[in-house]
Amino acid sequence: MLFNPPSPLEVKVLTVRFGLPNSASIDTFLANDGYKAFEKSLDMTQEQIIQEVKDSNLRGRGGAGFPTGMKWGFVPRQSPKPKYIVVNSDESEPGTCKDRVLIENDPHMLIEGCLIAAQAVGSKTGYIYIRGEYRYLIDVMDKAIGEAYARGYLGKNILGRGVDFDLYTHTGAGAYECGEESALLESLEGNRGQPRIRPPFPAVAGLYACPTVLNNVETFAAVPSILLMGGKAWADLGVAKAGGTKLTCLTGHFNRTGVYELPLGFPVEKMINEVGGGVRGGLKMKAFIPGGSSCPVLTGDEAWPLTMDYDSMAKAGTMLGSGGVVLMDENTDMVKAALRIMHFYQHESCGWCIPCREGTTWLKKLLTRLDRGMGTEKDIDLVGDVSKNMMGRTFCPLGDAAALPTESIVRKFRHEFEAKIAKTQISMAGVASPFVVV
Amino acid sequence: MTFSPELEAKLTKLVNSYPAGRLKSALIPMLMFTQDEVGSITPELVKEIANRLKITPVQVDEVVTYYSMLHKKPMGKYHIQVCTNISCLLWDGDKLYEHARHKLGLGHKEVSADGQFSLEEVECMGACSWAPAIQVNYDFHHHVTPEKLDEIIDSLRKLH
Repeated sequence: MLFNPPSPLEVKVLTVRFGLPNSASIDTFLANDGYKAFEKSLDMTQEQIIQEVKDSNLRGRGGAGFPTGMKWGFVPRQSPKPKYIVVNSDESEPGTCKDRVLIENDPHMLIEGCLIAAQAVGSKTGYIYIRGEYRYLIDVMDKAIGEAYARGYLGKNILGRGVDFDLYTHTGAGAYECGEESALLESLEGNRGQPRIRPPFPAVAGLYACPTVLNNVETFAAVPSILLMGGKAWADLGVAKAGGTKLTCLTGHFNRTGVYELPLGFPVEKMINEVGGGVRGGLKMKAFIPGGSSCPVLTGDEAWPLTMDYDSMAKAGTMLGSGGVVLMDENTDMVKAALRIMHFYQHESCGWCIPCREGTTWLKKLLTRLDRGMGTEKDIDLVGDVSKNMMGRTFCPLGDAAALPTESIVRKFRHEFEAKIAKTQISMAGVASPFVVV
Repeated sequence: MTFSPELEAKLTKLVNSYPAGRLKSALIPMLMFTQDEVGSITPELVKEIANRLKITPVQVDEVVTYYSMLHKKPMGKYHIQVCTNISCLLWDGDKLYEHARHKLGLGHKEVSADGQFSLEEVECMGACSWAPAIQVNYDFHHHVTPEKLDEIIDSLRKLH
């Protein structure tokens, strides 16, 4: 099922089967190039598969943007230990709702991506870790997996070619932190979702301390089209150092919110005005988040001339992230936005690292006070200070994820914090003590 | 404890999904699936799962307290979850949550006296492009207005 009509500006590679009747069924999949890339991979060496993925310039679609082919290349294929494929479908980054659409519309594309990855590293077992809130997708995925077993694309001696691969779904139970790869592995082993210290990285010691290929849903789903088109042709869809297309979630104050497949390097201005139908109500854009609430926030002026790719966003001091675009119009209360974002990270901090656990808690208190207009100028400085001191001091990126948007909002929209303080000081004039302890 | 035959079949399939000696991997899915049938994670359920997975009850408990979807007390038959995170907030998700509070007469994580409804202000549920969104148990509702929320709640009330 599609939740929004497609845009004529989309480049349909991963979403090519979306909208076909019964697009999630194996029959529709097989009638539209399904499992052809996997069959092709059976005649390729492991090096050839990995090289093709390297040539495609595919970078991890979960948010970090690490080159996928390189990640697969780190797996010690000669190791006597079993190798595992793990799909990260714990999609929880605020602003991101693309993996849900991918699984719902084309679950076999994900299975095929897993099969090819398994061929590339010699894996016989894979797990798809799906966040607990997406319970209905477990049914969608289980049904597709059942079809694949019945038609001989999973199980023992696949297609009579002597290849074995088993694939299972696994549900989470509500924890943003489990989208972080090492916390996900802990959760998959039946533990609290707390991150592991790295190195070793999952490619070497992941699930059950065995070599593991762990990627986002969209990353695995991209692999079949890479093998069919050829890595170089797939890379050419995007820009230098960032190949292919990206499922982009337009959220917030767009006229046409929705999930759209756009080539890497797509201009922000065209994305907002033509794909997203412009800013809601014809208003001005005040702020822009390129890929989920963990990214540093840009002002409207900063965002308009950029393109949607890793390098362009890095140069502007932010990240492409997960593809969860958040647009805020000129009427948005940035203090409230900063508080709501911090409310989330404080709730989701696993508590393992003190700078994150204490930092998010205190930042939430400070931002609550500022939002109520009860803060002081010193509080504004303190928010910036605490944020900076959290960065780079935690096992996993959650600490940075909380600090980056907060620090950027305080720096770029400081006048809004000051205005709230000034407004309350006028209305509270004559009140003995305007300070509240939150 | 005994579960329905359907759930037992599901649990059998689950424990066979993991390699030998890795039974503990089944813990979180087992908690989720059994909670759906039992209603909450009761002390008996903790013991039952610990026995089945050959771990101690405290190993189960430490996991239960970590995950937001695992509840030690039963939620309502219809658990209304309203997202107020950033993308929903920009489409008045906070006002929708306030509306739900008044409509149901419940606060965050409170359950109605008859056990029919409970309310929770939740974090991002992956419906950002179709905000504001709610979930009733596992069912998503997109572009929810206060009027649409009233309709959803009223239609659930009529089922009784």
